[in-house]
Amino acid sequence: MKQLLVVFKRELASYFATPLAYVFIVIFLVLSGVFTFYLGGFYERGQADLSPFFNFHPWLYLFLVPAIAMRLWAEERKSGSIELLMTLPITRFEAVTGKFLAAWAFAGIALMLTFPMVITVNYLGEPDNGAILTAYIGSWLLAGSYLAIGSCMSALAKNQVIAFILAVSVCFLFIVSGFPLVLDAFNAWAPQWLLDAVSSLSFLIRFDAISKGVIDLRDLLYFVTLIAAWLAATAVVVDLKKAD
Amino acid sequence: MIEISHLSKRFAQHTAVDNLSFRVQQGEVLGFLGPNGAGKSTTMKMLTGFLAPTSGTASILGFDIQTQTLQAQRQIGYLPEGAPCYGDMTVRGFLAFIAEVRGFRGAEKKERVSKAVALVELENVLEQSIETLSKGFKRRVGLAQAILHDPKVLILDEPTDGLDPNQKHQVRQLIQSLAKDKIVIISTHILEEVTAVCTRAVVIAGGRLVADSTPFELESRSRYHQAVTLVAEDALDVAALAELPGVAGIEENGIANSLTVLAKPGEVIFPQVNDLIRERGWKIKELDVERGRLDEVFRTLTRGEAA
Repeated sequence: MKQLLVVFKRELASYFATPLAYVFIVIFLVLSGVFTFYLGGFYERGQADLSPFFNFHPWLYLFLVPAIAMRLWAEERKSGSIELLMTLPITRFEAVTGKFLAAWAFAGIALMLTFPMVITVNYLGEPDNGAILTAYIGSWLLAGSYLAIGSCMSALAKNQVIAFILAVSVCFLFIVSGFPLVLDAFNAWAPQWLLDAVSSLSFLIRFDAISKGVIDLRDLLYFVTLIAAWLAATAVVVDLKKAD
Repeated sequence: MIEISHLSKRFAQHTAVDNLSFRVQQGEVLGFLGPNGAGKSTTMKMLTGFLAPTSGTASILGFDIQTQTLQAQRQIGYLPEGAPCYGDMTVRGFLAFIAEVRGFRGAEKKERVSKAVALVELENVLEQSIETLSKGFKRRVGLAQAILHDPKVLILDEPTDGLDPNQKHQVRQLIQSLAKDKIVIISTHILEEVTAVCTRAVVIAGGRLVADSTPFELESRSRYHQAVTLVAEDALDVAALAELPGVAGIEENGIANSLTVLAKPGEVIFPQVNDLIRERGWKIKELDVERGRLDEVFRTLTRGEAA
């Protein structure tokens, strides 16, 4: 477990060693502001809540989160440092989890920097701050799910751009799996239980509930399981692909 | 002790390592030789637990690399081919990371890092990021990383590849100074390196072991072993030289009045040649007795297999 922390620290520091972290944070903050105030009509709604802010997160993350995940493994494989990492006395679990947690912590930092939103809404009215906190946790879990997918895709592709595109595509499928776009493809032949299973995979439906301030244990379990499953897949892919 | 038994690695199309077995004892510096693609790096990757063997296994100081991977990896300092590092880290940051992974904290961590830094002379570039360093410095960072925890086993994949002659000399001296109570395995295709640092040479070709011996013995397998090369002012009597006892043949060299007299295996011909020179009164400008040409032995050993 000690080693996990060492990997985590190195990885998190490496985000800030390059301009990537700062560029990402600035773009994230600007876009979330634009979405909230212009597209979401924060003022026009006249309600003291942050749903115009959180509603756009699944779409905002779709392009931004794979950008932080794409380097996780692809860069290690490209530079060959994966050989160094995997021959140090570190288990695969520690390497995969440490890297993921670093990326997730980074996403958490970016998310926390949106705090002026909370101040604004508290200044303007009397929002339900409990619901806002819940929504933040939900948003962070959502980012974690995207990151876990992105980490697996990054292990799969040696090229970061390909890793990015793969991650965006898979995340998109998880967003739209509750939409007719996907369900229609199953409608004709699949039994009802499969249809329900596919639609229950959707990020949107789960996130919607949490972002409204409703914590359902099943929704939490959904995100946690999803993250764990994709990280397990990452470990397997890293093992298969590391020497290529 | 490192024990490699029936180690094999097959990839989709080809067999990289084919039923390789040998042992390395403490105090040995083993030169691992072979043409490119012979399976040197693959073997080292299996020894360090990076690749899983298709069949067979190896153990490092009694720890099996497949079932006790972590314990085995703790004993090893490994320099992968090309010395990959995290380019965006500073030298200090990178070595501190390695020290922490190796379980050192606080004062001991600092001490380990500064000791490794001193050994490979990295003091002047400590705060530079690794990607801005020259090839020689990068290689030294890789070496520092490998020796930081004072491992009992050092596995170095082409440690001097791409270095200038001074740096090569420095790295070899470092290896020799470290080797006393360790097991060192060096892969290389630079043959002078083997004579310079190794106590034992293992040659592989096509994934198979073709020779396992001391560099000295390998040299004596050369047809140039005990050969005498002469450079004279006047023409030499080829027929008289060829009739001397123990002479296997005579080769003419590129320069005028220069011959190489080859000895039959196991025979010493220098006294006979010397007597003949004195008897005839030849004016000899250069005279050289060879130990053998390792590159020629290497070619003979690996040519058939590698094709």
